[in-house]
Amino acid sequence: MPVFHHRADPIIASPLPAGAPVIAVHGLSFAYSDGHVALHEVSIDIHAQEKVALVGPNGAGKSTLMLHLNGILGQHDNGRVQVSGMPINRANLPHIRAKVGLVFQNPDDQLFSPTVFEDVAFGPLHMGFAEPDVRARVERALGQVGMEGFGERLSHHLSIGQKKRIAIATVLSMDPEILVLDEPSAGLDPRARRSLINLLRQLPITMLVSTHDMLMVRELFPRMIIMDEGHVVADGPTPALMSDAALLEAHGLEMP
Amino acid sequence: MHANTFDRFEHRHSLIHRLDPRVKTVITLLFIVANVLLPDGAWLAFLAAWAFLLLLTVLADLPLFYAAKRSFIVLPFTLAAITVMFTLPGQPLLSWQMGSRQMMITDAGLLRFVSIVIRSWLSIQMAILLTAVTQLPDLLHALQHLRVPRILVAIISFMYRYLFVLADEAMRLLRAREARSARGWAGKSGGTIWWRARVAGHMVGQLMLRSLERSDRVYNAMLARGYDGRLLTLNPHRMQPGDWLAGVLAAAVIAGIQLLGRLPPI
Ligand SMILES: Nc1ncnc2c1ncn2[C@@H]1O[C@H](COP(=O)(O)OP(=O)(O)OP(=O)(O)O)[C@@H](O)[C@H]1O
Ligand SMILES: [Mg+2]
Repeated sequence: MPVFHHRADPIIASPLPAGAPVIAVHGLSFAYSDGHVALHEVSIDIHAQEKVALVGPNGAGKSTLMLHLNGILGQHDNGRVQVSGMPINRANLPHIRAKVGLVFQNPDDQLFSPTVFEDVAFGPLHMGFAEPDVRARVERALGQVGMEGFGERLSHHLSIGQKKRIAIATVLSMDPEILVLDEPSAGLDPRARRSLINLLRQLPITMLVSTHDMLMVRELFPRMIIMDEGHVVADGPTPALMSDAALLEAHGLEMP
Repeated sequence: MHANTFDRFEHRHSLIHRLDPRVKTVITLLFIVANVLLPDGAWLAFLAAWAFLLLLTVLADLPLFYAAKRSFIVLPFTLAAITVMFTLPGQPLLSWQMGSRQMMITDAGLLRFVSIVIRSWLSIQMAILLTAVTQLPDLLHALQHLRVPRILVAIISFMYRYLFVLADEAMRLLRAREARSARGWAGKSGGTIWWRARVAGHMVGQLMLRSLERSDRVYNAMLARGYDGRLLTLNPHRMQPGDWLAGVLAAAVIAGIQLLGRLPPI
């Protein structure tokens, strides 16, 4: 007997007024429990279909900002962080997490199930899809990252690059409207990096990608945000920021 | 290097490998319980049980003594049963003076001891065979279907996943220590035992801390993908007629062995 476990209320997207930003962060400050202030008055607006790179030296606060977009570092009823017009609070969280696909920096944190299939199926299952839909989504997501046929493999036997790609598949299977990737190209070989770039280029969704890979930024992201020590220090078109050698050097970045 | 030591699964395409994991789990449990219930000294039944086990091994496309070879690690544990040799009343076989006490091995005691060793040995072989022919994730599914509490299954599955990560991490720490434990030209190095113990202690502490922080991040990753306290899984297993047949056959064999062990000697 097959066993179906699904929930009664599939999560449905709510409409956003035309022209409103899908990600709106206004004056967000955040300190970790040890007192270290990781974000100072950060404000960014990202509109639908925009592809934005988030760069900055180690410890700038990139990962911290990304975690906020999924309501992982606390909720903000004051509306300092809004996704698709929804403030991050308890009632909105399931909807927000269905919209924002967040891929963590370390794939060993992202892949927590024994097999690849189970990991990629985790999101759709918890969104309430029925078995055939879940299977179809897993197939498609694995295909998108070029890992067809890896479903039955055990996560801990994969290489780092394979783990990274599966980690991206775990959120693609949720069909997110917004993709938030934390250093997706780190540790990939040139071919895998190239196919990642192609994949990101094809995906017609909003994207915020943190990276140290300036070549990828120039190639893929029309807009770039520079962070340093918890501040947003620059936010604008990539070509303009990339040609500002003084700015790049001041924040430990290199011109590609 | 990769920590592979915990994986006992042997990749084959045998009949046994393809059986539904539920059948394999239930049959294994049945075999072990029946084994324990066999009376002392039912040699023929013990032999039959072993023959059954060897037959399964062959069907699974594994070397004949695959399980036997790997079973010796448990034999030391059966030493715990050694006291029955002295405590069970019966005909004395051997006795000697130990201090002020008279030690005596009885025939009934010896019989029981040998029977216990054989039973444990057979049971562990079956368990070894089960892990060799079933992937752990499948085994977990089987447990879930057999109504083992979900939380227990989840704990085992996380343990399985992160044991490898933890072992890799430990290996990295060890390697980092090795790489910095250079030996000077002036003879002995590596510090005193005391110093080494302190380094080892710090490493264990490091591992604990890292695991703790990782558990936090893993929980976050689960939340990010919609986890709300209920672990949902899809189960790819379906019982086929062949699975039922194999299960019934195996159960019949086990019952036959039980009968053999309880029949009065002719
Ligand atoms: N769990 C935590 N507890 C305390 N402080 C933390 C924690 N996580 C991060 N920090 C601190 O917050 C600051 C920002 O960290 P964050 O991980 O956001 O940086 P990042 O820009 O992603 O860096 P990287 O490029 O190295 O990934 C750092 O100074 C870091 O030490
Ligand atoms: Mg980071």
